[in-house]
Amino acid sequence: MRGIRGRRLLITATVALLLVLVLAAGIGSVRIAPGEVLSILLERAGVALEPTWPETASIILWDIRLPRVLMAMLVGMALSVAGGAYQGLFQNPLADPYVLGVSSGAALGGALAIAFLERIRLPLGGLWQLGPVPLLAFLGALGAVTLVYSLASVGGRIRLTGLLLAGVAVGSLALSLVSLILYFTDSQARDAIVFWMMGGLGGANWWKVGWMLPYLAVGLAVLIAHGRELNAFLLGEETARTMGVDVEVLKRVVLIAGALLTAASVAFAGAIGFVGLIVPHLVRLLVGPDHRYLLPASALVGAVVLVLADTLARSLLGATEIPVGLVMALLGGPFFLWMLRRNLKPE
Amino acid sequence: MCLTIEALTCGYGSRTVLKGLDLQVSQGEFLAVVGPNGSGKSTLVRAISRGLKPAAGRILLQGREINRLTARELARQMAVVAQDTAIGFDFTVEEIVTLGRLPYRSRLWGETEQDRAAVRRALLATGTEPLADRLVTQLSGGERQRAMIARALAQEPSLLILDEPTAHLDISHQVEVLDLCRRLNQERGLTVLAVLHDLNLAAQYASRVLLLRDGATYATGVPATVLTEANIEAVYGSRVQVVQHPVEGTPHVILLSRG
Repeated sequence: MRGIRGRRLLITATVALLLVLVLAAGIGSVRIAPGEVLSILLERAGVALEPTWPETASIILWDIRLPRVLMAMLVGMALSVAGGAYQGLFQNPLADPYVLGVSSGAALGGALAIAFLERIRLPLGGLWQLGPVPLLAFLGALGAVTLVYSLASVGGRIRLTGLLLAGVAVGSLALSLVSLILYFTDSQARDAIVFWMMGGLGGANWWKVGWMLPYLAVGLAVLIAHGRELNAFLLGEETARTMGVDVEVLKRVVLIAGALLTAASVAFAGAIGFVGLIVPHLVRLLVGPDHRYLLPASALVGAVVLVLADTLARSLLGATEIPVGLVMALLGGPFFLWMLRRNLKPE
Repeated sequence: MCLTIEALTCGYGSRTVLKGLDLQVSQGEFLAVVGPNGSGKSTLVRAISRGLKPAAGRILLQGREINRLTARELARQMAVVAQDTAIGFDFTVEEIVTLGRLPYRSRLWGETEQDRAAVRRALLATGTEPLADRLVTQLSGGERQRAMIARALAQEPSLLILDEPTAHLDISHQVEVLDLCRRLNQERGLTVLAVLHDLNLAAQYASRVLLLRDGATYATGVPATVLTEANIEAVYGSRVQVVQHPVEGTPHVILLSRG
């Protein structure tokens, strides 16, 4: 019964995502009708069509809107899946993709890059072309996770409570270092750091989408493939072990896959909160806790939510853009409180 | 021999809990493990289920050393029901029981006809079939424990281990859960190893009792020979009187006040 509901939600969410992508790509200072969006895409894909649209519409759509909308989709997917998997692993519905200090580590990396490296143009190819900010943010995120992970692993086993505590401690340490940088840097860099930390998809381009895609594909595939083991894990670590789950391997796989998804998201979009917390909750209400449906459905719903939030962020105030992280927090915060209150009420 | 434990020594860090324990459990037995807090009952369960590495000694399941088995192989031979499984997520009973088929399934494929049949049998055997579509979060403690036993049965084990399965239950549910264990033991020949706190329940349900003191066997045998006034006083340090259960004929321990 649940399975049928799960499959139905997957189909509905896929359709909704496609619709939202087309609509969102058309919204902006230059409006492009949904029909035109589709025609332009078809033409770009090589279908011979007589252009009925101005050349600029095609360029805006292809070079600016589409990478941005797709990036919002990928980041929404990554954060929601990582959040859903972490909530299962920690058997705690309050866990989010940032529990391991990923966002603070990334903030430190990003702040270092903005304060000291932004003006340096190194004649390097490859990864460096991403720019120093995403690169250092990614390294900072992974550095924080590695530190948290090694602090919590004793004698070849990972203690989940230790992991949470280490995540909080390493996170605050990294954030105080960020404060230190903010304090000593010039006001221009300070503004840039603060703005970056609010999270935004303004810098999206095809290159970044291309970098994000493999992380998402691998992370998503790995986490969904471990759905059954995660289900057993909800009965408790000890019980899961007696049910044939190699719990130490499972913990490692889920932690690393989730950390990579989150680190890649933070590197390209800053720390966007609430998506990874709320979306899995919402989906769980609809399809139940079975990770085999929960994770793919969270990916789709998370994509829809972040694409919508980003569309609001860049169109609500006309030409002025609001950081999407703020939009998510303003929408997600109250929603989360509502959910919390709903859960606290007696049956 | 279903389970053989030889000179098992293990503990947590520098604290050794089990000190050279020997134990043999034969097919079809209902063994109750009793002993005061800290005597090593739960440590024994954790060692058998590989949650704890032995410092010395061996544990053999059906003649094979357990640390040579994969997690899945082990789970097909032995299922463990914990004290109380707090489940904060809204699974249905049937979904929980289906999870018991985990060690039989490959990662990507869905349940087979065989899996569904095993789940059905487990639900029927534990009387949880009427609860199949209920959410585990809405069950009573006794119902939840029966669902967890059904999940264990779906693993189709030859050995069922229960770690204080009645610890948080009121008396009617205690009897309900242990009646179920006895039925599974007698009707299906399932070997049961249950850690029990309550000496009277141990006496009433088990075919053999293992009395632990300080991480080693103090006495083992049929309830009447193990649960004697002298043994209980020596191990627990409390004065008791042992009478005969008026209905079952098993020993019944009566606590005496110290005053």
